[in-house]
Amino acid sequence: MKSPLRSLLIMATCLCVLPLLGGCNEMVLFNPKGPIGESEKYIILISFVLMLIVVIPVIVMSIVFPLKYRESNTNAPYEPNWSYSRKLEIIMWAIPFVIVFILSAILWRETHRLDPYKPLESTAKPLNVEVVSLDWKWLFIYPEHNIAVVNQFVFPEKIPLSFKITSDTVMTSFFIPQLGSQIYAMAGMTTRLHLMADEQGEYTGQNQQFSGAGFPNMSFNAKATSQDAFDAWVRQVRQSPNRLDFARFTELRKPGVSESVIYYSSIEPGLFEHIVNQYNPMTRGSHDMGGAAHSGHGN
Amino acid sequence: MLGKLSLSSIPFHDHIVMGAVYGSLLAGLGVVVLITYFKKWPYLWKEWLTTVDHKKIGIMYIILAMVMLLRGFSDAIMMRAQQAMALGSNPGFLPPDHFNQVFSAHGTIMILFMAMPFLSGLMNIVVPQQIGARDVAFPFLNAVSLWLSTAGAMLVMVSLGVGEFSRAGWSGYTPLSGLAYSPDTGVDYWIWSLQISGAGTLLTGINFLATILKMRAPGMTLMRMPLFTWTAVFTNVLIIFAFPMLTVALALLTLDRYCGMHFFTNDMGGNTMMYINLFWTWGHPEVYIVILPAFGIFSEVVATFSRKKLFGYDSLVYATAAIMFLSFAVWVHHFFTMGTSASVNVFFGISTMLIAIPTGVKVFNWLFTMYRGRVRITTPLLWTLGFLSTFVIGGLTGVLLSMPPADYVLHNSMFLIAHFHNMLVPGVLFGFMAGYAYWFPKAFGFRLNETWGKLSFWFWLSGFYLAFIPLYILGFMGMPRRMQHYDNPAWQPYLIVAAIGTLLILLGIGCMVMQLLVSIRDRRANRDLTGDAWDGRTLEWLTASPPAVYNFAVIPVVEGLDAFWDMKQKGTAYLKPDRYEDIEMPRNNPYGLAVGVICFVFGFAMIWHIWWMAGVSFLGLIATVIARACDDNTHEIIPAAEVERIEGLRSQGMA
Repeated sequence: MKSPLRSLLIMATCLCVLPLLGGCNEMVLFNPKGPIGESEKYIILISFVLMLIVVIPVIVMSIVFPLKYRESNTNAPYEPNWSYSRKLEIIMWAIPFVIVFILSAILWRETHRLDPYKPLESTAKPLNVEVVSLDWKWLFIYPEHNIAVVNQFVFPEKIPLSFKITSDTVMTSFFIPQLGSQIYAMAGMTTRLHLMADEQGEYTGQNQQFSGAGFPNMSFNAKATSQDAFDAWVRQVRQSPNRLDFARFTELRKPGVSESVIYYSSIEPGLFEHIVNQYNPMTRGSHDMGGAAHSGHGN
Repeated sequence: MLGKLSLSSIPFHDHIVMGAVYGSLLAGLGVVVLITYFKKWPYLWKEWLTTVDHKKIGIMYIILAMVMLLRGFSDAIMMRAQQAMALGSNPGFLPPDHFNQVFSAHGTIMILFMAMPFLSGLMNIVVPQQIGARDVAFPFLNAVSLWLSTAGAMLVMVSLGVGEFSRAGWSGYTPLSGLAYSPDTGVDYWIWSLQISGAGTLLTGINFLATILKMRAPGMTLMRMPLFTWTAVFTNVLIIFAFPMLTVALALLTLDRYCGMHFFTNDMGGNTMMYINLFWTWGHPEVYIVILPAFGIFSEVVATFSRKKLFGYDSLVYATAAIMFLSFAVWVHHFFTMGTSASVNVFFGISTMLIAIPTGVKVFNWLFTMYRGRVRITTPLLWTLGFLSTFVIGGLTGVLLSMPPADYVLHNSMFLIAHFHNMLVPGVLFGFMAGYAYWFPKAFGFRLNETWGKLSFWFWLSGFYLAFIPLYILGFMGMPRRMQHYDNPAWQPYLIVAAIGTLLILLGIGCMVMQLLVSIRDRRANRDLTGDAWDGRTLEWLTASPPAVYNFAVIPVVEGLDAFWDMKQKGTAYLKPDRYEDIEMPRNNPYGLAVGVICFVFGFAMIWHIWWMAGVSFLGLIATVIARACDDNTHEIIPAAEVERIEGLRSQGMA
């Protein structure tokens, strides 16, 4: 009767460990394409292995003890009043303590090192990107190039990306799994994130925080290219007939599911700051975008 | 006249919802017909609906929890089925509107209307008997708590057929749950059901803390209390400190939604981060509120079925106390990705990890209780073993998530879903199942069928692994939680496996139902006349099964840990006293039920903005409280002769 338990546990452990060893392409978190994601992958693996020091003995004991000391096995020693052992008590407090101590040291160092607000060290000049989450799409503003794009994020490889992120709707979370860390986007506030891609490729970006009916559609293509290809792409966006002024933005921010990519050849100066400030009665600009405060999901 | 309510509030167009509505109505009608046919209304009224007996209140709590478990589980099956289907152009069978209600209802129901009533029910049945008391400190308040919880649960059930439930998740994050983004009544159902049942929970917390601190039998010092009672102490302290924070958060959200205020809106100085902080300052302790009593149950079960003293009793008590304190210092780990500074994240990351230390100690204590024992593999022990081996995996992934840099990529992913189900299913649900099988003979006087119970366990355990290990993998594959549909074909095989796991769990639930039916059929064969069905160690096994209304004819005197075991060793357990004395017990009354019904009407009226009905029911509530306060005839005396007769019958049965 015990064997199903054992085989199940073995199966479960294998299922847990296999993806970690496999490094298969679909396991995007174990197939990172940037320095942040790479560090985070190793933190997961190191912590995992350290904790197995406790987990494996516990699983083994939880199977062996009831089997060995089962009622029918009268050969096993029986000590009904044995309920305290100083040695064991010290060990059972000390082992988890030591492991947590080591993990805490790693946590301390790595949390400071991988702070999403901290600029990446690189000789290259970072690319500034402003991200706005809308219902239910993503707007990327390239302030240095004076262009904007909806639902597509193109950037050069090996260049640090410096994001300023806000939301013009409910709280969302900006996340490109293969590059690493996510960060929340919140209306009236700006959060920061720093990422970098080590190689060219197309990665999926997504909203990780449920945000209403169109939430599953909030994914975008994040494309790391060569510097030349990026410059060519910028020129291509500049060919677009669309200009993102306040009026167009008012149209864009209306709730709706659209995964199509839109290019804007130029933008209203200070658009991002305007989107952030519109929620603050003290700093709200002169361009009232149809009462941002009172808009909703269009119900 | 009817506020926002109209015929169009009933979703006639949605066949899945209407099917559930008709099903629930038919089941309800069936119960009413059966009760009428067997002429059981007077019995139901006198013995159950108006009761203030903690054992009967406990049983009703658990019935409520079981019913809500079925509801919450059917939500789970729908989610798994939807996600197994909804790849690419396949829309699945649940539109976003419905899917978002389903996962919001699943979380709300499982935590607040399944785990909480189950926990209150077990505390009710067991705690007074474990401490050698005849009742709880405030028996009438206890009935009020039950009916408030029921009123809240009924509001959730009504939302199925009248209007809609919340689509903002069980945590109701603002501003999504605010009026601007959720203008319909769904969030209001969520708010009022939580507020009403939350008031009941707070009263339960106060009641049981007072009971345990003030009503222990002579000789039962704090460090002689059974572990389940200890965990009840910690849980009740957590309830008393944590629930008011939820009440305040929801009250402020209510002001936003009803009075146009701006506590948590995007604009006018509202701060959504404040809501999220308030919610989790309740939400994290809430996890320990439901899990600590389960730890207590495992402690009782493992000692009883190993026929051995609990290993490291002091350690277990201090470890649990440490968890209680730490649980208030970790809430920020629910939102490491909000942009808090690295130092803040470090603090909350380490405080979260610290919880692993006392929890690990507890696990070792349970294991070493079996070491050199005589282990009887019964259903309650199987649930405990399943918990021990599975829970550590959840602990591992939990420590992983407490590392902020790991959380930055795993937050809000399917990995998170797998993690907290890995804590709550083996930790809480297996614990309550163990408690259900362990104390069932105490409550009803006969044992549950072991074969069906064991079968149910194996389905649950294997179903659990099949349903949740794939979700861990999906987290590594980057799948966010709460996806109504998705475009990545690599995810689908794992979601199909998870759906199959859910079907195995369904079989497990089916076996539980069979177990109950078979056990009731065979109740004469499984009867336990001793009151001590498992050769128990703690005082609740000294009373008859089911216990007399007064539990103990003579209040026992406690001389050590495992008081009842001690008495059996000394041969003093069943000594007949020289004479019995009159016992004063509280009298049944209908005011508790009335409070519940009125609060249900009040909640419904507030949800639909039917102001006159809200006003009338609120006045009715005050009138009920005044009427109860004016009732001086609240107690009755059970004469010594009657006690002697009842105890005589029990002795005859045992002989």
